[in-house]
Amino acid sequence: MAESLTKSADREPILQVRNLVKHFPLTQGVLFKKQVGAVKAVDGISFDLYRGETLGIVGESGCGKSTVAKLLMNLERATAGEVFYKGEDISKLSGRALKTVRRNIQMVFQDPYTSLNPRMTVGDIIGEPFDIHPEAAPKGDRRRKVQELLDVVGLNPEYVNRYPHQFSGGQRQRIGIARGLALNPEIIICDEPVSALDVSVQAQVINLMERLQDEFDLSYVFIAHDLSIVRHISDRVGVMYLGRMAEIGTDQEIYEHPTHPYTQALLSAVPVPDPEVSGARERIILSGDVPSPANPPSGCRFRTRCWKAQDKCAEETPLLAVPAPFKDTDSPAAHDSACHFAEEKDVVGAA
Amino acid sequence: MTTTEKTAAVSAPRTPEAAGSPLLQVRDLHVEFHTRDGVVKAVNGVNYSVSAGETLAVLGESGSGKSVTAQAIMGILDMPPAKIPQGEILFRGEDMLKMTVEQRRRVRGAKIAMIFQDALSSLNPVLSVGYQLGEMFRVHQGLSKKDAKAKAIELMDKVKIPAAKNRVGDYPHQFSGGMRQRIMIAMALALEPDLIIADEPTTALDVTVQAQVMDLLAELQREYHMGLILITHDLGVVADVADKIAVMYAGRIVENAPVRELYKNPAHPYTRGLLDSIPRLDQKGQELYAIKGLPPNLLHVPSGCAFNPRCPMAQDVCRTDVPALAKVADGRGSACHFWKETLHG
Amino acid sequence: MPDKTTVTPSSVAGAGPGQTGSGVDVSAPSVAAASELASMGGVNKPRSLGQDAWRELRARPMFWTAGILLVVLILMAAFPFLFTGADPGHADLRNHYLGDPQWTHLFQEDWFGYNKQGQSVWARTVYGARASVIIGICVTFAVTVLGGFLGMIAGYFGGWWDALLSRLTDIFFGIPLLLGALVLLQAFTHRTVWTVVLGLTVFGWMQIARVMRGAVITQKQADFVTAARALGAGNGRILLKHILPNAIGPVIVVATIALAGYISTEATLSYLGIGLQPPAISWGVDIASAKDVLRDAPHVLLVPSTFLSLTVLAFILLGDAVRDALDPKLR
Repeated sequence: MAESLTKSADREPILQVRNLVKHFPLTQGVLFKKQVGAVKAVDGISFDLYRGETLGIVGESGCGKSTVAKLLMNLERATAGEVFYKGEDISKLSGRALKTVRRNIQMVFQDPYTSLNPRMTVGDIIGEPFDIHPEAAPKGDRRRKVQELLDVVGLNPEYVNRYPHQFSGGQRQRIGIARGLALNPEIIICDEPVSALDVSVQAQVINLMERLQDEFDLSYVFIAHDLSIVRHISDRVGVMYLGRMAEIGTDQEIYEHPTHPYTQALLSAVPVPDPEVSGARERIILSGDVPSPANPPSGCRFRTRCWKAQDKCAEETPLLAVPAPFKDTDSPAAHDSACHFAEEKDVVGAA
Repeated sequence: MTTTEKTAAVSAPRTPEAAGSPLLQVRDLHVEFHTRDGVVKAVNGVNYSVSAGETLAVLGESGSGKSVTAQAIMGILDMPPAKIPQGEILFRGEDMLKMTVEQRRRVRGAKIAMIFQDALSSLNPVLSVGYQLGEMFRVHQGLSKKDAKAKAIELMDKVKIPAAKNRVGDYPHQFSGGMRQRIMIAMALALEPDLIIADEPTTALDVTVQAQVMDLLAELQREYHMGLILITHDLGVVADVADKIAVMYAGRIVENAPVRELYKNPAHPYTRGLLDSIPRLDQKGQELYAIKGLPPNLLHVPSGCAFNPRCPMAQDVCRTDVPALAKVADGRGSACHFWKETLHG
Repeated sequence: MPDKTTVTPSSVAGAGPGQTGSGVDVSAPSVAAASELASMGGVNKPRSLGQDAWRELRARPMFWTAGILLVVLILMAAFPFLFTGADPGHADLRNHYLGDPQWTHLFQEDWFGYNKQGQSVWARTVYGARASVIIGICVTFAVTVLGGFLGMIAGYFGGWWDALLSRLTDIFFGIPLLLGALVLLQAFTHRTVWTVVLGLTVFGWMQIARVMRGAVITQKQADFVTAARALGAGNGRILLKHILPNAIGPVIVVATIALAGYISTEATLSYLGIGLQPPAISWGVDIASAKDVLRDAPHVLLVPSTFLSLTVLAFILLGDAVRDALDPKLR
């Protein structure tokens, strides 16, 4: 499947994100609020999502990846930029038009313990989408639909009258997925859907999500900090740093031929569950911490922690494009990377 | 069952006078919690030992009893509801469970220190980090305020906090997650303990910072020749730093082994399943292997081997008999009736 | 026989090895899930907020003590004639001026003696329960509705709504309940139970509003609220289905504890002559009229005050029990 999608140029994107910006204002004063600055959570992000593919978005905490999820879901209003769903800009919709779009774009949340209302039964939780969009299922049909959904996500359909606290984390996440599926959406935004689960349950949920993708022809935006899981599930991967996209490409391009120093450092820091491999790897240990998004560095945002940084990096913001040295090659290093000094480096040690 | 488990523990050198004698030995430890819904047996006959300079990783998922064991060693369990009906925790040959409260308090912090997952809630938000670090010296060693502050700066340098002199008066919230975890490490190190217990020390941190903190911890351990018990759920973190691993499931150790051997050739189906179910960074597989089913409810642990409902190898005997920790090789044990088949399969 | 043929194919389909990949995938976790549920059996019965609270409450002796007291009290308020045959309004000055209690005459007219008008103290105490109970319950209800509504609006919509309503709350908080009610009730020449309810409600809603506002703000940020919004749910649904059921707990706790306060405030107002007026029967009115004869006949004062104290105590105990049961922070 990954192979069939690597050449996605001839396909029509289902979701197009253009220069998406979200600044949260920092205010002072109680009654008369004065803006004194802004947290630049997302600062100009663009990407495409194609039908049936999984786009992974990775990055560390504070890089803005969860804000991207909220912007795509219209849970936050974008400060600037557009989100096109099948050619229509949905970032400025409201009211009825927005509600219609929501049927097609759904979300799975990170924490299965807080994302289900503890005072509602499983049947009410999964059936709620039908209450909100009555046109999606006739009234008499709903209970059967809910039970079908439970079955699809691998839960016993007789559980409809139980409350969330009677389920384990993995089962709750299945309930969350069933709710996301109820309206038969085309796109599902997954915000760290397995990071709160036990290791032995993560694999079950990942497999379920992959199966559902094939069954219902879903497109996923899969946001996570776990690079191994993202590689496993994604067709393409975008790496975010401090509100911007550092590098984006197919999973093979990013993991085996990364050209951005941040991607390289990130990949090299991932612990590998194999002492023999992990001893042999070269590790790039970054110094310092991620700067505050309220006051990001000028030029390239990564320059304060980058070992390659030069004056140019502070003065000129690198654009997300295929770097000059690879421009006319067909090497896998020829993918978008926002670095003035991009060069290929295999840090994962893939055979 | 207990007899076989004991032999496994015995396989470690036993004479306390010997040079490589274990710093800490946990023997047949049981911990239970009395709740309204019944008795939860969180720890069920755990044996392990750590020597000076050695890193033991205790690996397990939520509810495996890995943290409860650590809390029992530190003596920070709330009793009640917790109860230790059985077992010994020997520190340098002396059973800490038989110590007086005062003796115990002297061991805690000075000889055995603990690092927690959540550094922010482990530090007092209204006191400066310098004050909190210095407090260790003022209380335990009776140093003056000025000397304690100097010591605090020294420690912050030691854990590589940049510009320690300027930041000693800062409050916990002014530090990043990685820096706070460094401060926690500094606090643990303050009295130069013999043993550090780190409970998921890097789980809350980003990968790039995780690597920094793990490196620091390993470096300091070498320098001070301390024993380190690393409690984690992350097979990746363990692979880099541990010498030996104990895998816990439903309150028992199901496998223990030197780190390389365990990864190369696990002798318990649970360990094997865990290793197979994590996606790899360096290769893209098709479908992930998934251990079926769910972690056990500790109020109703399955009879026989607790892993049997999820185990691909389970036979009738697994549903009736609790497997003892059988000796697989020197320093290696597996609590599986079919460890031979697992090892070679 | 026909039954058997229908059963067989489905059971084969469930366990058959010759299934498509996706079919196997589904069956594996659901079997596992079923075994998990079996292992939990009996421990976690389905339950709602009410069932949750009941489970906690019934284990508490404090709850039962308060409960018994309150049942008696409410019976007294609803059916006073069950407790006494005497007419509380009947006065016989000649025969019964400050008559002494006859402690052995249980439930008789002269059980607790007579007041200076020659009315049965026992009968007046029994009939006086009604005013206290009605005022306590009605004020609590009205305050919960009014304060809960304002708090919910302020907490949910935030911004200007919150600024406006929070300042309003602050202003009302500046007026002591007793003083406010005193001033307001003075404007009425004829005061009934309902005037007192009005007075106490107008100056008593602020605490509920604040608690509700805080609880709503906490719940508003919950993931399941975001999830509902992502589904396209409107404000009404989010407030009523998601936020209110999760935010109501602390409000109920505060309301139960406050109920006791309203009862004693009513008594205080009546004592000061600004609440209920004779011939209305109320503990406060009786305590007020007993103060002149305290030296000669202390029982005229002691009996209604004891009942007042017991009632307030019962509601406070109930409030404590409810708080322990509902307050998630104590769990």
